[in-house]
Amino acid sequence: MNLADGVQIVSFGVLALMMLGAALGVVLLENIVYSAFLLGGVFISIAGLYILLNAGFVAAAQVLIYVGAVNVLILFGIMLVNKRQNFVPLRNAWVGKITTAAVCLGLFALLGTMVLATPWAISTAPVAGDTSTVVIGMHFFSDFLLPFELASVLLLMALIGAIVLARREFLPDALEREETQQPVLTLPERPRELASAAPGSPDRTLGTSPTQRNV
Amino acid sequence: MNSGIDLQGSFIQLLVDLGLPVEVARVAWLPLPMLLVLVGATLGVLVTTWLERKISAAAQQRIGPEFAGPLGMLIPIADGLKLLVKEDIIPAKADSLLFTLGPAIVVIPVFLSFLIVPFGQNLLITDLGIGVFLWISLSSIAPIGLLMAGYASNNKYSLLGGLRAAAQSISYEIPLALSVVAIVMMSNSLSTIDIVQQQSGYGILGWNVWRQPIGFLIFWIAALAECERLPFDLPEAEEELVAGYQTEYAGIKFGLFYLGSYVNLVLSSLFVSVLYLGGWNFIIPIESLASWLSISESTPWLQVLTGSLGIIMTLLKAYLLVFLAILLRWTLPRVRIDQLLDLGWKFLLPVSLVNLLLTAALKLTFPFAFGG
Repeated sequence: MNLADGVQIVSFGVLALMMLGAALGVVLLENIVYSAFLLGGVFISIAGLYILLNAGFVAAAQVLIYVGAVNVLILFGIMLVNKRQNFVPLRNAWVGKITTAAVCLGLFALLGTMVLATPWAISTAPVAGDTSTVVIGMHFFSDFLLPFELASVLLLMALIGAIVLARREFLPDALEREETQQPVLTLPERPRELASAAPGSPDRTLGTSPTQRNV
Repeated sequence: MNSGIDLQGSFIQLLVDLGLPVEVARVAWLPLPMLLVLVGATLGVLVTTWLERKISAAAQQRIGPEFAGPLGMLIPIADGLKLLVKEDIIPAKADSLLFTLGPAIVVIPVFLSFLIVPFGQNLLITDLGIGVFLWISLSSIAPIGLLMAGYASNNKYSLLGGLRAAAQSISYEIPLALSVVAIVMMSNSLSTIDIVQQQSGYGILGWNVWRQPIGFLIFWIAALAECERLPFDLPEAEEELVAGYQTEYAGIKFGLFYLGSYVNLVLSSLFVSVLYLGGWNFIIPIESLASWLSISESTPWLQVLTGSLGIIMTLLKAYLLVFLAILLRWTLPRVRIDQLLDLGWKFLLPVSLVNLLLTAALKLTFPFAFGG
């Protein structure tokens, strides 16, 4: 075993451990912000695995899209949502937990048997390496054209949906009437002129110059 | 094409001649360029902070640092030492783990991006096939570190600063990437070496800035916004947010943010000079000058001259851009956050898309001039 192989095996082990640990952290940690940051760690480790597979372009795209866009948006979502709600413990929560465990184990068994049962035809074509950008581009515009275009249409739909949600004028009128009500926890605002014109109000004494005050 | 000096080849050859196996020689070579670039980048930051003080002083008709060394050149070292020995404070209610991790996540990608900055034909750490794309994807990691720092500080100003930084960075990433794509389209390669090669041959006339004037402007504006330099330094706008995500930081952690932002500025200027200003190329093509004077391309002194001229030219172009950035900082007022996002999404993004389409059309029409 030469040096390069050794480095590859060690880095594969480190990346796999990092990925599994971070993924477990995402699921098991109580603090949702930690989960979101660890998700970034999972994405980075996956990018490392792509680099080990000689797919530098895919790795860079993974970092750009998943870490740079998806994960940042998730963090935005978490940090901008200002919903204060007490956690109500559910009754019979164990039913949900057991169902989840059963579904996850079933999925794992299904995927495991699929991995073991599939006769993997390992390609004998030489590794594309630095020319992989060209190969990926060719595939996008020939045999993978339909999935590529469908993904673009999906993204366009999401974009339009986001704009529709963000523009207030598309909301029904019933909501506007609710907004005109006085907010419950704030005091009704006093008209500003009355406050300043009141005798002995602090505004007036501050407005006078020191000489006047001495007199 | 003359390949120039191959330091790596000669170093490995030297060690092999001394009786070491080839693999060991290669491993011995590995850390050298990395260390050199790390030290170079840090030195570049020291020079930039000194320039910032001197140029801002000149812009305000002051003298600036004067007594620490000749022309106050030791001031950046004093700054660095001060930050190193200052007490490292973690606020009581802060999240100490994320608080420590944040600056590291901001700084590491910036230094990693130096992997692909070329100072000459063979003078770079590695000539990756994905080249500039690596830089774009690495620079998209930084917002996570900023969000982390903002959240972990447990301070409203910090959180707002972090959110602003992330929003700004995401919005300006897209025009930046689109203007890089236009360049890549002309040079048919993502590799920084190929991009510079494609601009060489005609001296100053062959530089991409003449073929991509719109792209150059968009790239420069977006790069300034990515570096959070003054017309766009909203994340740390001191009148509104104290110091944004840096508010709670002190000592070397603050120093890391400071270092990161200046390294980022130098890096962006280096990339502008590589992508648009011909990289290591001189104003007149050296090769044709040499052949005109009938000097062989493989003459050792000519190769050394070309190599050092390449480094000098790259740094000179980059520092001219740094000078411009500093001058802009002390000249322009800050924009508002809504103006910033409007500029990014409603102006730069459409214009950069049009620029991309225009480049594609010009490439189809004039393949000889736009790299067919």
